[in-house]
Amino acid sequence: MNALLDFIEFSLSGLSVGAIYALTGIGFVLVYKATRVINFAIGEFMMIGAYVFFGFAAKMALPMWAAILLAFVVTGAVGGLAERAIFRRMIGESAISVFMVTIGLSSIIIGVVEIIWTADPQSLPSFLPDNPFFIPLGFGEAFLPSKNGWGFIIAALTVAAIVVVFRYWRGGVALRATAADSQAAYSVGINVPGVFSFAWILGALTAAGAGILVGSIAGISSAMGAIGLSVLVVVIVGGLDSIVGALVGGLLVGWLEAMASLTLGAEYKQLATFIVLMLMLLVKPYGLFGTHDIERL
Amino acid sequence: MQEAAAAPILSVENIALSFGGVKALRDVSLTVAADSITSLVGPNGAGKTSLFNSISGFYRPQQGRIVYQGDDITHVATPKRAGMGLARTFQNIALFRGMTVLDNIKLGRHTHMRTGVLDALFYYGRPKREEMELRAEVEEKIIDFLEIDHIRHAPVAALPYGLQKRVELARALAMQPKLLMLDEPVAGMNREETEDMARFILDVREEWGVTILMVEHDMRLVMDISDHVVVLNFGQVIASGLPADVQHNAEVERAYFGSGDYSALRKRPRNAPTGADAA
Repeated sequence: MNALLDFIEFSLSGLSVGAIYALTGIGFVLVYKATRVINFAIGEFMMIGAYVFFGFAAKMALPMWAAILLAFVVTGAVGGLAERAIFRRMIGESAISVFMVTIGLSSIIIGVVEIIWTADPQSLPSFLPDNPFFIPLGFGEAFLPSKNGWGFIIAALTVAAIVVVFRYWRGGVALRATAADSQAAYSVGINVPGVFSFAWILGALTAAGAGILVGSIAGISSAMGAIGLSVLVVVIVGGLDSIVGALVGGLLVGWLEAMASLTLGAEYKQLATFIVLMLMLLVKPYGLFGTHDIERL
Repeated sequence: MQEAAAAPILSVENIALSFGGVKALRDVSLTVAADSITSLVGPNGAGKTSLFNSISGFYRPQQGRIVYQGDDITHVATPKRAGMGLARTFQNIALFRGMTVLDNIKLGRHTHMRTGVLDALFYYGRPKREEMELRAEVEEKIIDFLEIDHIRHAPVAALPYGLQKRVELARALAMQPKLLMLDEPVAGMNREETEDMARFILDVREEWGVTILMVEHDMRLVMDISDHVVVLNFGQVIASGLPADVQHNAEVERAYFGSGDYSALRKRPRNAPTGADAA
């Protein structure tokens, strides 16, 4: 019975991390879908959100809601600015060049964060209710820490809202049309530069949200952007240009990491993720839900 | 000239466009009379597509202005021009691959819809009504008219070339254009497909009251259906007028067939700036 309970508890916490991966993955997919930019700095955008929240909530002691709002505003602005000042000028450049620029951008963000807040790990002030979840099962209760549970709920609701909005709102149609053929989209009256900006801003906002959630579960440090690597696995498994793929891939990778921690030990969880990544690239290089003619790096 | 009587729906005034040292258009002016079919012809590289792209806003000419329905639209962004009733098709078909014919056509109505984020989150009311009205209009009119009923749910990427061209026309019509710009509507089509397209173009003008501006290489089509023909060569207008007048214009013949003087041809490489040993 204990083994089964362990399995369920690890699964739950894996899925809660997976939901946050999914949220970040959506941030990545939005940008890729609209602009074909592989945003390697997605983990660093999470970090901006987490650190700005930390700065306003812990250092300046603003109310939680104000700190969260400001974290969103700042991260969204960085995303919009990056698009307008850098990536729009790089339209038509080779995918590799643009990809390298995002790597450079991630280094710059890390540097700025270390200058302002130093490289020391910090913990975020808690803003989530502190009531652990006990999920009753026939033979016992599965325990899920409060932060993980709430992280899952918030991430899941946000992801659901984004999926629904993009399914039915005409902005979602504009995004799909731009992804299919930006020239044609432009000529039927879709504001393509607007779609680009919007995708970057929304991508940054989802990353900021995910960053705050991750930070409140595991703390923050200037190396937390490394989580972007797991997110890269998520989107490659799900398909680079598929919002639903990011959702499924996120949950899958989160769960697999938890299973690897359970069976092999926590230090092997990255190993499991990257084995999955390699298998996926061998078997289904476009991901579970990806479009088949997308460019590969 | 008879077509000068109607007020022009579009006038291009002294447009110049260059890419670095390459002058794609120099001092090009033309007018498109309302309810006319105006054709733009010229050899490859003459600047026809550059002119099209300038009119639809993809390129910004360095000089001159574009007046559409009395408004100067030289600095208006492309999507806005689309909203003003300026629709176009592309030389190398630009459809939303991976979407169905119907979805492609519906996207043409994008600019005319108003659905906010909140409406979309609660999928009822305006979006639903808009969707229903749109569907009825699109299905009844355009699909019937262009005879593409049998493929409405087919993914566009799987369609033969001629039908893709027709879907692109359908999408442009869904934009409810006042001026429809067709970039080589019958390129690569056989005689039968070309005749179908000619019929559609004439009907669009007659039944929908849409003015047509087209680029086309098929001279038989151009001469058959145009009211007015403008000839471009090396980025300049070298002739314009009624089809019959243009056909027999000496300069046009020279642009298309050369002067027939071989010594002139032999001189060209020698005068070219790169020609160290161009022979």
